Amino acid sequence: MTATARSPKDTAHAELQLKMLRQMLLIRRFEEKAAEAYALGKIGGFCHLYIGQEAVAVGALAALRDDDYVICSYREHGQALVKGIPSGAVMAELFGKATGCSKGKGGSMHLFDVKRGFMGGHGIVGGHIPLAAGLAFASKYQGQGRVCVCFFGEAAVNIGAFHETLNMASVWKLPVIFLCENNRYGMGTAFERVAAVTDIVEHACSYDMAAELVDGMNALTVYDATRRAVERARKQSHPTLLEVRTYRYMGHSMSDPLHGVYRTKDEVEEQKARDPITHLAGKLKEEGIIDQAGLDALDTEIQAEVEEAVKFADESPDPDPDELYTDLLVD
Amino acid sequence: MATLTYRDALNQALREEMQRDPNVFLMGEEVGVYQGAYKVSRGLLEEFGPQRVVDTPIAELGFAGIGVGAAMGGLRPVVEFMTWNFALLALDQIVNSAAKMLYMSGGQIPMPIVFRGPNGAALQLSSQHSQAWESWIAHIPGLKVVAPATPADAKGLLKSAIRDNNPVIVLEGEMLYNIKGDVPDGEHIVPIGKAEIKREGSDVTLVCHSKTLTVALKAADQLAEQDVSAEVLDLRSLRPIDEPAILESVRKTNRAVVVEEGWPHAGIGAQVVDIIQRDAFDDLDAPVQRITQADVPMPYNKVLERAAKASPERVVAAARRVLYLDPSPQP
Repeated sequence: MTATARSPKDTAHAELQLKMLRQMLLIRRFEEKAAEAYALGKIGGFCHLYIGQEAVAVGALAALRDDDYVICSYREHGQALVKGIPSGAVMAELFGKATGCSKGKGGSMHLFDVKRGFMGGHGIVGGHIPLAAGLAFASKYQGQGRVCVCFFGEAAVNIGAFHETLNMASVWKLPVIFLCENNRYGMGTAFERVAAVTDIVEHACSYDMAAELVDGMNALTVYDATRRAVERARKQSHPTLLEVRTYRYMGHSMSDPLHGVYRTKDEVEEQKARDPITHLAGKLKEEGIIDQAGLDALDTEIQAEVEEAVKFADESPDPDPDELYTDLLVD
Repeated sequence: MATLTYRDALNQALREEMQRDPNVFLMGEEVGVYQGAYKVSRGLLEEFGPQRVVDTPIAELGFAGIGVGAAMGGLRPVVEFMTWNFALLALDQIVNSAAKMLYMSGGQIPMPIVFRGPNGAALQLSSQHSQAWESWIAHIPGLKVVAPATPADAKGLLKSAIRDNNPVIVLEGEMLYNIKGDVPDGEHIVPIGKAEIKREGSDVTLVCHSKTLTVALKAADQLAEQDVSAEVLDLRSLRPIDEPAILESVRKTNRAVVVEEGWPHAGIGAQVVDIIQRDAFDDLDAPVQRITQADVPMPYNKVLERAAKASPERVVAAARRVLYLDPSPQP
């Protein structure tokens, strides 16, 4: 790999792809560790893993400015990591520790880091979609030029809040991107069993909104589509609906079976053949941007980071008992 | 000091706070061009423009959530519901987003937002438009709830609500908009959480709030004719509730009747009774009585409606009961 032989544009693109590969691997290894920790009882409650969907968060966030807002559903570990929350603070939150990014009060479903524009994981399906439009409203009101990207699953499209919000975002021309991660199943219900319109992009027509259908197993495709949407939001203050087709390898949450009775093992295996990490790693190897040794080194480095995050979370203290009554109201 | 209607007192509070802080904006159905369904926002669109007086579609869940998002983004939204009956659709945003945001983010996201609108029965609006929601809303930690009964309190409490850095619910009395009273000009602030004795007395305490202040004052007049001196305590705030004021009055009179517009089961009055029995048990000379709406949906028919509502006559009867002025009813 000789960067000097490339044009500056190619170099930048290579670096972007390497960054994306690193971020996807970080999410994958982080989530694998989270699954282990869950099995050991170190993580409680609900824990929704992002394995299989890494390209979506990574591709989309690569198109954002640091101060842009990101807001998510409860499947948000990946977005939180890519937005820059240290993996230790995310893992500590999953462990419910005082050093977690929400001080152990939020847990897996409620990761927050306002300084980084990460406006939370939210636990009610579709409930955070209006919040995204509100953040965009505030940005426009204050002339900040900040864009808000809202991640939600396809099942949220059946929720009233989705439709109410898309309508108002379009009427008021808000700089918001509604990024639907269509992983095909709302828990154990296939989308086509409960949705009259299965091409989610079509909903944009009802609200006179720009929309794109995107391959969510390819980080670069997601990046390109999001970049177009961000430009539309930033320059014209117009919202966009992106339907990003992806797939979750794990169960809906850690308490659910891997494939259950609602999908076949074969289907899961078929999807794994389109793995976004394998795909990008293969492409980068083909283009001579990284070799196997480089890949192995990257993976080793990331595994060490994740081990360190687990160690940090494990050794961190529980919140002080007095914390029960703090953060309820401010002065 | 000017004599104003309750409606105009609220209008004055909104206008003054919008002049004071450019981050304060009003949104809701019919607040702009139509000048407010109850004319509370009269003239505000002309003065502050459509960016700060935002007409919404009929989509309570959506625009309440957009308000919450705007507060997350640093604004101070005042969200008007045409009535609290319709706000029920927005309950997910009020409870799951606004009330919990600060806590579940580990103290990162304050929520300076006001949800306001008329509450309680008016005249012959039947079951779905005649409800008092305070016990639902006051149940939720993370919210503050006020229910002003006079024009002066309406202005002072709304100003406090808008300046508060927490979500504040302002329950306006649908039947109070036309009542008149003296309202101090300019900077008139009523602190949240402070009750007020609206009429001093020594024999029995009538605890009330919002529209039931009128009921309690009429009852106190009738009781005076019967040589009973009733003290009328207007709670004004329901969360936090002024426990010391309730206890102080009951320790003086040793008897209490709690009057409210809501239904009896798990009502605000039940909470007041709990406070009294817990901390003033030894001061009581009789069990506390409660006067509420009848435990039925509000009927349309005038005679039935009158029978369902808390009335001065029912309050007088209850006061006489706690004073043992009438023979006990036969079992």
